[in-house]
Amino acid sequence: MAITRSAPTRRLPRIVVVLLTAVLATLAVLLSTAAPAGAAEGDPYRISGLITLDGAPLEGVTMTVDGPGGEQTAETNAEGRWEVYVPERGDAVYTVTLDESTLPEGIAVIDETGADESPNVREVTLGQISSVVVNFFLGEGERNTTSFLDQFVERVVNGINFGLMLALASIGLSLVFGTTGLSNFSHAEMVTFGALAALLFSVTLGWPVWVAMPLAVALSGVFGYALDTALWRPLRRKGLGIVQLMIVSIGLSLALRYVFQMFIGGGTVQLPGVGAEKIPLFGAVRLSVIDMASMGIAVAVIVAYALWLTKTRIGKATRAVADNPSLAAASGIDVDAVVRVVWIVSAALAGLAGILWAYFRPGIRWDMGSTILLLIFAAVTLGGLGTAWGALIGALIVGLLVEVSSLWIPADLKNVGALVILILILLFRPQGILGRRERIG
Amino acid sequence: MNFLQILSNTAAQILDPITIAYALAAVGLAVHFGFTGLLNMGVAGFMAMGAYGYAISVLTFGAPWWLAILVGIAAAVVFALVLGIPTLRLRGDYLAIVTIAAAEVARLLFLTGAFDPVTGSADGLSGYHTDFRAANPLPPGTYGFGPWQYNETQWWPRIFGLVLLALAVLLVWALMRSPWGRVIKGIREDEDAVRALGKNVFSYKMQALVVGGIICAVGGLVNALGANVNPGNFMTSQTFFVWTALLLGGAATIFGPVLGAVIFWVVQAFLSNLLPALVNIGWLPFLTSEQSQMLRFVLVGAALMLIVVFMPQGLLGNKKELTFVK
Repeated sequence: MAITRSAPTRRLPRIVVVLLTAVLATLAVLLSTAAPAGAAEGDPYRISGLITLDGAPLEGVTMTVDGPGGEQTAETNAEGRWEVYVPERGDAVYTVTLDESTLPEGIAVIDETGADESPNVREVTLGQISSVVVNFFLGEGERNTTSFLDQFVERVVNGINFGLMLALASIGLSLVFGTTGLSNFSHAEMVTFGALAALLFSVTLGWPVWVAMPLAVALSGVFGYALDTALWRPLRRKGLGIVQLMIVSIGLSLALRYVFQMFIGGGTVQLPGVGAEKIPLFGAVRLSVIDMASMGIAVAVIVAYALWLTKTRIGKATRAVADNPSLAAASGIDVDAVVRVVWIVSAALAGLAGILWAYFRPGIRWDMGSTILLLIFAAVTLGGLGTAWGALIGALIVGLLVEVSSLWIPADLKNVGALVILILILLFRPQGILGRRERIG
Repeated sequence: MNFLQILSNTAAQILDPITIAYALAAVGLAVHFGFTGLLNMGVAGFMAMGAYGYAISVLTFGAPWWLAILVGIAAAVVFALVLGIPTLRLRGDYLAIVTIAAAEVARLLFLTGAFDPVTGSADGLSGYHTDFRAANPLPPGTYGFGPWQYNETQWWPRIFGLVLLALAVLLVWALMRSPWGRVIKGIREDEDAVRALGKNVFSYKMQALVVGGIICAVGGLVNALGANVNPGNFMTSQTFFVWTALLLGGAATIFGPVLGAVIFWVVQAFLSNLLPALVNIGWLPFLTSEQSQMLRFVLVGAALMLIVVFMPQGLLGNKKELTFVK
């Protein structure tokens, strides 16, 4: 008994060591070349301006600055001055928006040339200087306003984009939960890993995007395999309960998160092509080529995943294991092999979601995955824990909710709506939209 | 490298308000998880209730310090009820997800610019100490010896925190040897068996959630008394740190949480002094001193995994009284 059991355990670490070494070595390349973009707190660079009307300062005009480091708002003070601090310079693009509804009656931002359709929105880059001044010319004129319906449609399109990205991550989490019962908190770090792998291939090594991105997804899959082999399978064999496994995943999440920070620092790093020109489509909807490609890729991958799950042998076996592991084992399905495939698929989907998330935010940060972890959990719970399609529906609802709700609530509270829904759904329909009652036990 | 200085800084950490705050939070979490088996992942939310409840009462409503403490505790009770009603009937991991989500909702509400005049948004709150310090019975002067030398304003929150910690430990000790404590531990071991004995399991779980939540909130309060209130302190990682401290000491023990919190912060202080020093003398050639600070948290994560796998009962726990029911 002792001999038969020790044989596989002695063989395993070697594969694992090789895989983990490969992963760490590639990340080490990243460490040596990718420079941290800036400090996390007390951002060093300044965007500021002075708002005056016929020489008199205007107080209480709201400015919004969006770009790497997130959206910030500022109000002009009694001297008409406003400023925000941002983490990046160089090519980083910041969009400065003057909220015209905070201007006096009948006053708007004007553009003498008339070429600019929205003169109250400016894009600035800092280049090599550390502070930049943005000025707007005010005068009597027609305000640049978007009708509510147009804004709504724009948010819906954004929400679908975000929801599809979220769906990729949620499907993986749901798959792992369905087959192993694990609420995997380290899923967030698998999302970040995908973005980091894309950064490694496309920026550090400078490979073209169409090579780098598939490779990054593949490396994410390898990462999932390595984690299963090194950690989760031995722990399953040891017979750990699901609560213990959940806390192990929390420890793993903490450890990985700070390992990532050791590699890329506390700042934001960009993938190539971020800030591409947005093409006006209809109404107020403006999408860049990257937005459209990202939605297309997400839809294609989800369809492929659906076919895999329903048509292939291994996909059917996966559903059997999710339904009843003991029965599946008794009917000759190799549960361990299925779970290994599930980890690879889950990590690869999470990695792809990470790349898309890096473009949607935009920017790569060491804790970017953990900022959407709870939204992923909300999506999975909303759809029904452990169901195959619930995660997809849940993710689309959460994505739409987060984006559309920001029409009414402040932008820094937009995630709150989704989390409140998560709590409410557990109150009224804990099995989720598609879940079965028995699962809530 | 000044080794004596490092040791002195490390020793001083034992009496830091944050250590006392974590000890209190871990005692509260022990009531939740160690004794009742509730997977509360919203420790940071409970601590935020105590801290913000206190600071907002003083700053916005001008309440005296003792009333503000009671408001912080009341906020934690409300938070526990709001969390408990939907989730305590459900399976354990649902409670984990809901509590972590609720703690994030609380943090985002404290962080948003929309309530800036009350919550201070990203800057947090400070400048609420006057009334509490006026109640300080210590005459002015510097007291203590060795690394533990503080003036009267620094001693007062520490002494106050230690008294609260002692009261909390005493309360948990008394509760757990009472019939109430036996029912609670019974729920942890086998909920259905306790239900078969005619006990209202939901009600007992709710009582445990409230009691533990109050102790967690007092932890947040003690930290607020010693420093200021900052929303960045109440991230989910703080919850995970308290869990690490609890599991290290022993989840189902009276003194384990206190020991775990002290070890957690002493090791943190030791490494945060030692690692940059090692980088400076070239013993860690692959790291910058900034990266060595992140290494500390990598080690916390690794320690959490190792404890759960190899020593789930913790340092002071009894292997027979395992806290993880399969």
